Amino acid sequence: MEVRRPIEPLLWLLFSAGGVMSALLAPVVLFLFGIAFPLGWLAPPDHARLLSVIGHPLARVAIFVVCSLSLFHWAHRFRYTLYDGLQIKHLNEAINSACYGGAILGTVAAAYLVWQIP
Amino acid sequence: MSSHITLRVARYRPEEEAESTFEDYEVPCPRDWVVLDGLNHVKDQIDGTLSFRWSCRMGICGSCGMLVNGEPKLTCATFLADYAPGPIRVEPLRNFPVIRDLIVELGDFMGKLTRVKPWIIRQVEKPLSDGEYRQTPEQLDEYKQFSMCINCMLCYSACPIYGLDPHFIGPAAIALAQRYNLDNRDEGASERMRVLSEHDGIWGCTFVGECTKVCPKHVDPAAAIQRYKLQAALDWVKGVVLPRATS
Amino acid sequence: MNQQVAYTPYHPRWHRQRISTYWWLERPSYFLFILRELSSLAVAWFVAWLLLLVRAVSGGAAADQQFLEWAGHPLVLALNVACFAFVCLHAVTWFNLAPQAMVVHVAGRRVPGWIIAASNYAALAFTTAAVVALLLFRW
Repeated sequence: MEVRRPIEPLLWLLFSAGGVMSALLAPVVLFLFGIAFPLGWLAPPDHARLLSVIGHPLARVAIFVVCSLSLFHWAHRFRYTLYDGLQIKHLNEAINSACYGGAILGTVAAAYLVWQIP
Repeated sequence: MSSHITLRVARYRPEEEAESTFEDYEVPCPRDWVVLDGLNHVKDQIDGTLSFRWSCRMGICGSCGMLVNGEPKLTCATFLADYAPGPIRVEPLRNFPVIRDLIVELGDFMGKLTRVKPWIIRQVEKPLSDGEYRQTPEQLDEYKQFSMCINCMLCYSACPIYGLDPHFIGPAAIALAQRYNLDNRDEGASERMRVLSEHDGIWGCTFVGECTKVCPKHVDPAAAIQRYKLQAALDWVKGVVLPRATS
Repeated sequence: MNQQVAYTPYHPRWHRQRISTYWWLERPSYFLFILRELSSLAVAWFVAWLLLLVRAVSGGAAADQQFLEWAGHPLVLALNVACFAFVCLHAVTWFNLAPQAMVVHVAGRRVPGWIIAASNYAALAFTTAAVVALLLFRW
């Protein structure tokens, strides 16, 4: 099936998947590690516990997948926000490179960091 | 309750001035009068040069769409008394070029409507002797909501994406394409897909949702667009994974 | 659509309104829409935070402790509170819009929209509980 912009459906799928992942996980992660633990509202798990959780193969895969998809969600949505919010659609080459390029770089970074978990 | 209300109407007289202006008209305000009645009173009794479109005055022709206090509305369905004590600002629909006063140019939408082929497409027509195409109530329910569109253009007026980029195919055109795609008698989904999956097709939509909010017929074009995005994306995946299986 | 029109005395100039750069301030629903779209930045921060956390934990107990202390710094805390609010906005608007985007048929009948939204929220509750249990409960 020919479409003039064959990449757009894929980008939308990534955006949707990332939207679901981030909607399910971002609230609890930011709440626990960004607010509750630093403020002492809840006792943070000790280092050994934390390491054993994120070091588990399933957790590594999950963290990588969630990070990568969420970044593509950001890239797609932010690209359209710049188009519509600031009306700079004529800069679309630069915007697309910055957004999706950023998501790709972030994915690589996530892969590296997940790989480096002892 | 005052017996009169002020209509602050946008006037654009291209042969006289380059910008649009506002003029105030005092119109009677009986309980059952709508904005359209007020405009007709102005034209009949006060200023015959006021120009605007209207026809059925019962919410089915889609001609009388205008901005009432900045909101896209059918003026035949918007009661003056609801806006007391006024004044009520009446302007032409947003996002369209204005020809004169409250009349907007609709050629862009007409072109887009034609491009989505809003008719039943069959590969092979059934001969008349075979009888009618039968449809169960469930099959009708699949697309009935989207068939309610009266082409009033309120959704285009509400859509900020269309305002920013007039190339965007827009809510009503996509909803009408879906009306036919979801009709089990139709076999033209792939033809419409070509038009809709262009960059100015469905992918420009960011699901603002304003179109659904202003639609007087509860068509829910936003839902039609999002469902189509999912369908188009899954079709794309199928096309990549199973190249020969797509129709 | 051909927009090249020759304006003549019998075809006077059409009036075209320029869209203001601040169009999104003109209506509350437009403003809420832009806030929702800007929540994508908070999602990107969530990824950054998660990766910083992974890096700190990988670095050892000391690095982990250091990260926790840095997280307590007022500016960092403020950023996380703001981003938490925005990701909640993202989650709520995402799940509330899900019924419009997804039509599910079960046994030939259409599933009502509120069930789809409720299922999504149930998934949120389950995922949150799972993460909390994984991190905090004594196994």
